Order: sequence, then structure tokens, then C-alpha cells
Amino acid sequence: MSDKNKFKIPIGPQHPALKEPESFSVALKGEKILGVDIRLGYNHRGVEKACEERTYIQDMYLVERVCGICSHSHSTCFVQAVEEIAGLQVPRRALYIRTLVSELERIHSHLLWLGVAGHEIGFDTLLMYTWRDREVVMDILAELTGNRVNYGMNTIGGVRRDINPDQIKKVLKGMDILEERTKYYIEVASKETTVIKRLLGVGILSHEDALRLDAVGPTARASNVNRDVRRDDPYAAYSEVSFNVITDDHNDIYGRTLVRVKELMEAYKIVRQVLKDMPDGPITVKAPRKIPAGEATSRYEAPRGEDMHYVKSNGTEKPERVKIRAPTLANIQAVKHMLKDRFLADMPIVIAAIDPCFSCTDRLISINDLDRTKSEIVTWEGLRDYSIKWYKEKGIDFSKVEI
Amino acid sequence: MAIKAVKKILTWARIKSPWIIHFNTGACNACDIEIIAALTPRYDLERFGVLLKGTPRHADVLVCSGPVTKEVEPRLKRIYEQMVEPKFVIAVGTCACTGGVFSGCYNIKGGIDTVIPVSAYIPGCPVSPKAIIDGTVKLLVSLEEKK
Repeated sequence: MSDKNKFKIPIGPQHPALKEPESFSVALKGEKILGVDIRLGYNHRGVEKACEERTYIQDMYLVERVCGICSHSHSTCFVQAVEEIAGLQVPRRALYIRTLVSELERIHSHLLWLGVAGHEIGFDTLLMYTWRDREVVMDILAELTGNRVNYGMNTIGGVRRDINPDQIKKVLKGMDILEERTKYYIEVASKETTVIKRLLGVGILSHEDALRLDAVGPTARASNVNRDVRRDDPYAAYSEVSFNVITDDHNDIYGRTLVRVKELMEAYKIVRQVLKDMPDGPITVKAPRKIPAGEATSRYEAPRGEDMHYVKSNGTEKPERVKIRAPTLANIQAVKHMLKDRFLADMPIVIAAIDPCFSCTDRLISINDLDRTKSEIVTWEGLRDYSIKWYKEKGIDFSKVEI
Repeated sequence: MAIKAVKKILTWARIKSPWIIHFNTGACNACDIEIIAALTPRYDLERFGVLLKGTPRHADVLVCSGPVTKEVEPRLKRIYEQMVEPKFVIAVGTCACTGGVFSGCYNIKGGIDTVIPVSAYIPGCPVSPKAIIDGTVKLLVSLEEKK
């Protein structure tokens, strides 16, 4: 292909189709996408480093603000890792409340996604409908946790707020309303001609590619990858509730829509079970301020897929290292694959279909030298040599110092 | 006299239909979804004539959420410069006002006002849609008083 026919257009960081600052450079031939370069980093705030400078309790609130949509996911995932290091036995009631909030969060996130997807395909009525219904679950979350988003529900060793019978009644009432509405959305998603025509066969990710590119969450499950952390590696109270893992073999955005709306139904089921079986007892155990030395990895099925936190402690009140792998980072490679040889007009919905969360994803800085094709990995020795050289230029010689 | 009348009409038009553009300068998405929630049926900011636009050249009000990251800073300036006068900036959320929980992080400049002038601050983590409506209305009222 000669470069003459190739046309490059930048999309982002500020673009009507994108809700977050991220940048795509799209190579086009006519209407067809030849390749996409994704540039992340606009949202990189340095959360991991900041975690090392704050205490565990402060970190919990900080990781909650990694992402405002799946805030409970991040805080639970972090807290689970810390509890594992400290060897805390979290009360069962606390685990049930965590499960409850996590499923309510999934409901709010999936309804939000359905609206955004509707907006991206020009079906704004769906956006207005779902966001109106979403307010039901937002009210429930505000009632249970005290805040609409960023709930602050977790604490190390349990949860901060108990739930009373009055609130249980309200939650159940909300679930009934939402279940009714979700049945309607399943109808819309599976029968409405405009939705089917716009989504069927768009953004294809085959089963093999989903496995090869390591897609997670609904994106993978719509490619018939039967994978769900809630079932495979149960945390909180998931081992005690029964639910189905929804998969679909459409491999496209239509499949992803079906997976998400059907997951909503499963979420209502889980919420009802959790409320029915909620055990009595305390909601928190006393946690030490200084966490003993050790390391732990924790997994969590966020609404967008598997979230992973790694925490390393050194016996002080601050962690030595925190690593966050958010679901969108796993899915972003799949987007590149889905867009290849597709039309430019499909781009907004294909990107929206993985339910991207770039504030989750922007965890790392990769240094890409434009002249070089290879990325550089700096070893400890290399880093030491570099620092010795750097200080030598400043007139200080560290080369004799033993480490 | 004629100029005065035209100015009056302009202010009236501006207050009755402030078009906004939303820009996420490094927020955690919480304020962003609350801004969208403010535009959807329950809160319906559109009843004040507020309309979300796609390009800065069409907008009167820049709604920013989140602390300014170093990567996004030049872009924020550029978007601000692309807007036509008179322009207003609303900082939504504690992070946008001061840097919030992220102040002190190595990639954070601070609040929006470290980069561009801000007309209204709406604190909260995240800001509730009610607060967004309140802040927007207060900004519009202040414009009316200025004339």
C-alpha cells in the first residue's frame, strides 16, 4: 500500500464520542480502518506511587478514586489483599454487605453502559430511559452507603455501615422495579431492528482471539469464554450464592449487549439471595495499624472484567508497593484487533462496547522512543549505572559506593 | 444606545441557552457520570437551556472535572483558547477545585485554576447532580447581575 492512499486522522483527547481524554490515531483508506494507534496516559495521576506515601486507611479511599464507576471494586480488591497479608478473619455479615454493594454497583454500571451504547449508535431514547432507571439503583446506593458514587463502604477488616430491615425493604422494592425495566431492555436489545442492524457483526472478536488477547469480563464472555472470577475464585460471599455465568457466542457487540443485560438479571438474583441469607453478627474486626510484612494478590470481578491488585507490605503502616491491573487494560488490545479492517463509523461503538474506563487503565507510563521500534527495559544494574553517570556530571562520584 | 440594546439581547440569549462542553482533565469518572446524570431525565439540566456540545468552538461554558494531569495540561489550554469570548469555566468536583486526594501526586498540576481562570467552583467527591444544577444556576444569575 502506498502512503498516498493512506490518511491519518487523530481522534481525541477531546472528542464528542469520547467521555475521557484518550487519543487514537487512525490510519484510513477511504472509510476503512487500516490500523489504530492508541495513546493512553492523559489520565495518569500516579495513584500507585501515591499509595506508597499514604497509610493503608488513606490508600483505601485513594484506590476507590482510581475509577468512579467501579469504585467499590477497587477498594474491595485492595482491602482483600491487605486483609490476606494481615491474616484478618472478616465477619460473614461484612462479606455479605460487600457482595450486596458490589452487585448494586454492577447494576448501575451495566445500566450506564447500556445508555452510553445507545447514545453511540444514535439511539438517545435508550440513553434517557436507562439513565432514568439507573437513578433507582443510585438512590439505593445513596441510602445504604451515604454517597451516590465512591461509597466509602469498606474498611480494613469489614465494612463501615450496617444495613437495617427498612433498607432491605427499599432495596427489594428497587430490584422489582429494575427487573421489570430490564425485561423491557432485553426485549429492546434482542428484538429491536435498528439495534440488531447496528450491532450485529460489528466489532468481531473470535473465541480464539479473545483467549489470545486475554480479554476479560463481558467482552470475553460474549466471545464464549466461560470465565468469571466470582465463580472461579470466589471472594466475599460469592461461594454461598448461586448464579449463572452468562456467555454468548455472537462474538460481536450484539453479544456483548446481551451478556450485559442478562447479567443484570443475575445481579438482581444475587442481591435477593444476599438479602435473604444475610447472617447476623458484627460487621468489622479490629485491624492493626501496622500491617505485617508480606505480599498478596487479590482478584475481583468488576463490572468490566477481572480487576487485580497486588500489595506488598514491609511491616510499617504504609505499603511498600501497590500494583493495580484494571480490566480495561486487558481489553484495550482487543479493541485494536476489533477495529482493523472495519469502518470508521463503527469506531465509537466498538470502543464503547468494551465499556472502557481509561482512568482505571492509565496506571503506567511506557517510554517509547520514536526513533526506535523496540521498547526499552531498564534493569537495576542499568538504572544504577545511569544514576552514577548522572551524578558524575554533577560532580559527585558514587561509583565507589557498595550496595 | 443601539449597542447597549444589542448587548442586552446578547446577555439575555447567553443566559437562556448556555452551551457547555465537558472536558475530563484526569478525573476518576465519578464527576463525569454525575455531569451526565445531571443532563438526563431525573435532574434534567437541559430545562435551563443547557446543551452539551461536542466542540469548544460552539460552547460558552467549559465544564472541567478532575485534577489537571501534566499530560492533559497543554490540551486544556488549547481547548480554552479555542472557545469564543465571553467564556466561562466551571470546576466540578474537589479535584478540579484544589487537586483533592490527588494533590501531591507526581503527575498532577493541581486544580483547574492553576492552568486556566475559573468562574465557578463546585466542590464534592463526587459532586451530586443537585450541586451541579445549583452551581450552574448561580453562575447564570451572576452573569445576569453583571449584564
